[in-house]
Amino acid sequence: MTETDPVAAGAVNPTLVDKVPEAPPRSQWADVWRQFRSHKGALFGACFFLFIIFAVFVGPLIWTLDPEYSFIRERNTRHIFACTSLPWGEVWSCFTNPAESGLKVSWAHPLGTDATGKDILARMLTGGQTSIAVGLTAMLLALLLGTLVGVLAGFFRVLDGILMRLTDLFLALPVLPLLLVMVTLFQQSLKNMFGTEQGIFILIVVAIGVTSWMPTARIVRGDVLAIKEREFVLAARSIGTRNAALILRHILPNIMSPIMVSATLGIANAIITESALSFLGLGFPPDFPTWGRLLNDGVQYLQQFPERVIWPGMAISLVVLSINYMGDGLRDALDPRIRGR
Amino acid sequence: MLTYTLRRLTFAIPTLLFIALIIFLLLELAPGDPMAQVPLTVPAEVKEQMRQALGLGQPWYIRFWLWLKQFFWIEPQVFIDWLTNESAWFSWLPNTDLYQPCGPGADRLTCDSRAISWQTRSPIMEIVWQRMPQTLTVVGLSYVVGILIAIPIGILSAYKQYSVFDQAGTFITMVGYSIPPFFSGVLVIVIFSVNMPEGSFWRFPSIYDTTHRVVDWDSFVFQVRQMVLPVMVLALQTTAQISRFMRAAMLDNLGQDYVRTARAKGLSEWVVVNVHVLRNSMIPVVTVIALGVPGIFGGAIITEQIFKVNGIGQLLITAIQANDLPMVQTLAFIIGVLIVTFNLLADVLYGLLDPRIRYD
Repeated sequence: MTETDPVAAGAVNPTLVDKVPEAPPRSQWADVWRQFRSHKGALFGACFFLFIIFAVFVGPLIWTLDPEYSFIRERNTRHIFACTSLPWGEVWSCFTNPAESGLKVSWAHPLGTDATGKDILARMLTGGQTSIAVGLTAMLLALLLGTLVGVLAGFFRVLDGILMRLTDLFLALPVLPLLLVMVTLFQQSLKNMFGTEQGIFILIVVAIGVTSWMPTARIVRGDVLAIKEREFVLAARSIGTRNAALILRHILPNIMSPIMVSATLGIANAIITESALSFLGLGFPPDFPTWGRLLNDGVQYLQQFPERVIWPGMAISLVVLSINYMGDGLRDALDPRIRGR
Repeated sequence: MLTYTLRRLTFAIPTLLFIALIIFLLLELAPGDPMAQVPLTVPAEVKEQMRQALGLGQPWYIRFWLWLKQFFWIEPQVFIDWLTNESAWFSWLPNTDLYQPCGPGADRLTCDSRAISWQTRSPIMEIVWQRMPQTLTVVGLSYVVGILIAIPIGILSAYKQYSVFDQAGTFITMVGYSIPPFFSGVLVIVIFSVNMPEGSFWRFPSIYDTTHRVVDWDSFVFQVRQMVLPVMVLALQTTAQISRFMRAAMLDNLGQDYVRTARAKGLSEWVVVNVHVLRNSMIPVVTVIALGVPGIFGGAIITEQIFKVNGIGQLLITAIQANDLPMVQTLAFIIGVLIVTFNLLADVLYGLLDPRIRYD
């Protein structure tokens, strides 16, 4: 028996037939991705941020110069773009054959070298590793603390008052002075405990984490309060779900969007804070470059070698800018009211 | 309104105590001994006496109490004495003599001594008092400049939403928001004092000369010129933040029914936007302005370092480097007091501007 279309056969009035969905239903995350893609700045920011992460973690495998090795004869090399300061006719020959241009430039060190002959490109790459690693870990710590406090305060009425007062108190702390004090005072003992690099890394990550969880906690609490009253939570409770499972299975997945937005903004905040500490000379030690530290080192040579400040400064600003754009787009994409349009 | 203010005020007191406690305990728990620099040849009992003289003998809660007493009881006394004896405005009042310093043989626990800096051996508040005007002129002026630029930008970009001006404004504020002050500061130095040719109008001094006195027109011009760069850096951040809030608040209000009513009854567009909408949009923005003040002091720590302004930010950094714990403690607490004060101010202003908040 062959199947015939009843509408085409004229047996059924076409207006009475239910509309069958043409495309398979889209999942929530596909919807989010569609909205995110339509925000050009956010897409560009996300691509740039991924590119920077890729560059700083894979780059050192390609650009294999040791960031700590001093090319003592080539010290104070200018960056290759210094060629453009020559008269117009000589620029091209300078780019193709930098050794005979009369400037101290070379393709062996495209971004130049510092006062002790260390290659700046290699230092930028390893410095970026540290800066981004600090940003990501500190963000994770702040997110964990913030979500924990927010969920506890929102879910358990007994804890709400005390935890929110605590959040208010932490919000009133003078963050930058406290960070400076923490880093100076605890540096030595953590160095003895975990070694120079690990010690200071742990110190800075913890210091930034414990002073930046408050906004997340507030946002999460508000959302938990709203979701707790919904029917599906009541249904889950009525079949005997325990509190822990209720939070993990039913509430947390529903508050993912504010958590993700504050995660992106948290990375930017942590990178800026770490750079500010290193810039003030109270963060990572000089033999352990980060972007802020490189910027601080470059300030002394501002007059002759402004590029030493420009590279790390540009890196920090561009990463933060791309993250901010990404956060903007993510906020729009995760907001169902905007997504519907 | 009064009960609302009082309720806010009573919450400010435990907040202040909490901040003081955190700062105090942080310095207390820190490993490291203030006597570590004393030579090993000094005998143990002399060291113990020096410890006592620094006030390190007592348990922490007694020292915490003494510190609070110094800050909230003794320093105000000194201040009142100064007001009635020496200040220009209040010296007509009868001279007071509230502050009685410790005599040579007095007990440290009961007599009144001011907090002393370990670096300079002079009272901390006097040094802070000397440094405050530099910070306040630079920071205060930059905040005012930032607000004056931000509000028109916010209004215009909300009124002409998605226009070229709005897009450009959003991009510039995003950039201003993303460039940290330690880079924008260095950048303006590169542009306006390193690469600018000598003698050009646009060449500004990169180092702030705090000994400069304004006596005539030329020295006033010099003062203005040396403030341009630090103010520009701080104002960039303020502008970026506030204009974003201003735009969002204006957009919220422009779609409201009362705006249509105002237009329908024939008010001019200028009045609708700049009287009706602006006044309602200012409610959240005023709070943001008040809440931003403490943050700008944090930014000032970095800006002062870049432009060599000897304000309280620079004082804090040098005190940290010199391990001058009483100074660090006091400065961190002063910044904490500023934060609490401006939070309180923001709350009260919010209540004043928005009647719905008061009766919550």
